[in-house]
Amino acid sequence: MTRKLNMRIWRGNSTDGSLKDVQVEANEGEVVLDVIHRVQATQMGDLAVRWNCKAGKCGSCSMEINGKPRLACMTQVSSFDEEETITVTPLRAFPVIKDLVTDVSFNYKKAMEIPAYAHPADLAPGEARMEQVDVERSQEFRKCIECFLCQDTCHVIRDHEENKKSFAGPRFFIRIAELDMHPLDTLRNRKHTAQEEHGLGMCNITKCCTEVCPEHIRITDNAIIPLKERVVDVKYDPIRWLGSKIGKREGIL
Amino acid sequence: MSGVFSATRAKISEKTLRTDRWWLQPAITVAVLVSFIIYSTIRAFEAKFYFAEPLISPFYSPCLTAACPTNGSLLGQPLGTVAIFGMAISPALFILVFPLGFRMTCYYYRKAYYRSFWQSPPACAVAEPHKTYTGETKAPLILQNGHRWFFMAGLVFNVLLTIDAVLAFRNSEGQWGHMSVGSLVLLTNATLLWLYSASCHTCRHTIGGRLKHFSKHPLRYKLWTWVSVLNHKHPTFAWISLIGVALSDIYVRAVSSGSITNFYFF
Repeated sequence: MTRKLNMRIWRGNSTDGSLKDVQVEANEGEVVLDVIHRVQATQMGDLAVRWNCKAGKCGSCSMEINGKPRLACMTQVSSFDEEETITVTPLRAFPVIKDLVTDVSFNYKKAMEIPAYAHPADLAPGEARMEQVDVERSQEFRKCIECFLCQDTCHVIRDHEENKKSFAGPRFFIRIAELDMHPLDTLRNRKHTAQEEHGLGMCNITKCCTEVCPEHIRITDNAIIPLKERVVDVKYDPIRWLGSKIGKREGIL
Repeated sequence: MSGVFSATRAKISEKTLRTDRWWLQPAITVAVLVSFIIYSTIRAFEAKFYFAEPLISPFYSPCLTAACPTNGSLLGQPLGTVAIFGMAISPALFILVFPLGFRMTCYYYRKAYYRSFWQSPPACAVAEPHKTYTGETKAPLILQNGHRWFFMAGLVFNVLLTIDAVLAFRNSEGQWGHMSVGSLVLLTNATLLWLYSASCHTCRHTIGGRLKHFSKHPLRYKLWTWVSVLNHKHPTFAWISLIGVALSDIYVRAVSSGSITNFYFF
């Protein structure tokens, strides 16, 4: 069944732009990305939109649909009321390039600031052995498709541009948590750097990152809060700090 | 201009383009928390109608001053008589800081009141009104890192309130083997408080979350998996245990003031 869909699509660049009204046909089962492509093919030939897999796995078509950060390829048109106008804008936490395409290079710079996995020096490649129970926590975080919707919705940088230099964001907190929980990672100061260099203390755990994650990673409960507790172990808990110094406490490092 | 109105970002004049009722959840949170704060403040200063043998209000247990009834003072009356300008200080004021601190620093309540009271942010993808933001990096919010100390204090209170619930299985003459509506009220309250504490993120971390090698600690791993299941329900336990405390106090007050009679099943 085909229906007419009223849309508002943001058109512009870094200097100017506005929402443009458009009416487009939508077929049963289609997603928002489908109708954006139809608009591009029939009415706005120069509409810029980033996409790739159309299966919710590449993280390219991140945008804001009716004000919510979402993947356009995973948002069913049928999830909106028939008379509802669908408003589509680029991600509002990042610099806009053109139309629905933003410059997300901030995230790649932050990724480079996080030290990689540090393999034990006495373990040759191929000799590493890990129990499943030791790695399954981290495996949840490996589902991340780097759509950066969590980064976009995080008010620490969305509402405060000045915080970008000192705040890595939820996507990279799950990366740090993944490495800190890794049974073989030998880098010892991840907790300190998470707090002092990557801005973990800026997070006030309002869980928006978890709400928008298309992979349903429990970012706040399983990564950020455990990481905050690990930071407390080494920075704000004198008993555990003392215990670690005299070697009586296991598992902190 | 900062935030979503920064120079390089898409020029959109609205703070949010959300069309759903994003304001409803913070509004409900404010309504419930303000109601609880007003009620608990009144009750904390009221300093009467908190004990009706064998029931004691959770707002007043342990009752530590000389103003407390002797058989309602689980830990004795070590604080003696405490007065300012001749006015006795309510026994509740000496203890409520601990459960209050536990809830104030709770990871779930932080989300709730940062969103609803401080509007930081009011809802996801809704611009907050503040010009600057430092999160929990500076005083006083850096003290949120002390949640584990309040968690431990909360466990002590859970033990004491559980003892209160057990003691409530007596009649008003102190004889064992009786059960009243009040017994069930205090027992339910203690159970909800244990569920709230057991589902706490700090509990999850302490019991096993801090480990790097679960395989070397199978018992702690098993406990961690159980606490993780409860942890999913932490917001639910946070709300119903809060309401449970208030309802328990309302019941004890009603019995103590003579408004109702504590009905005994046997």
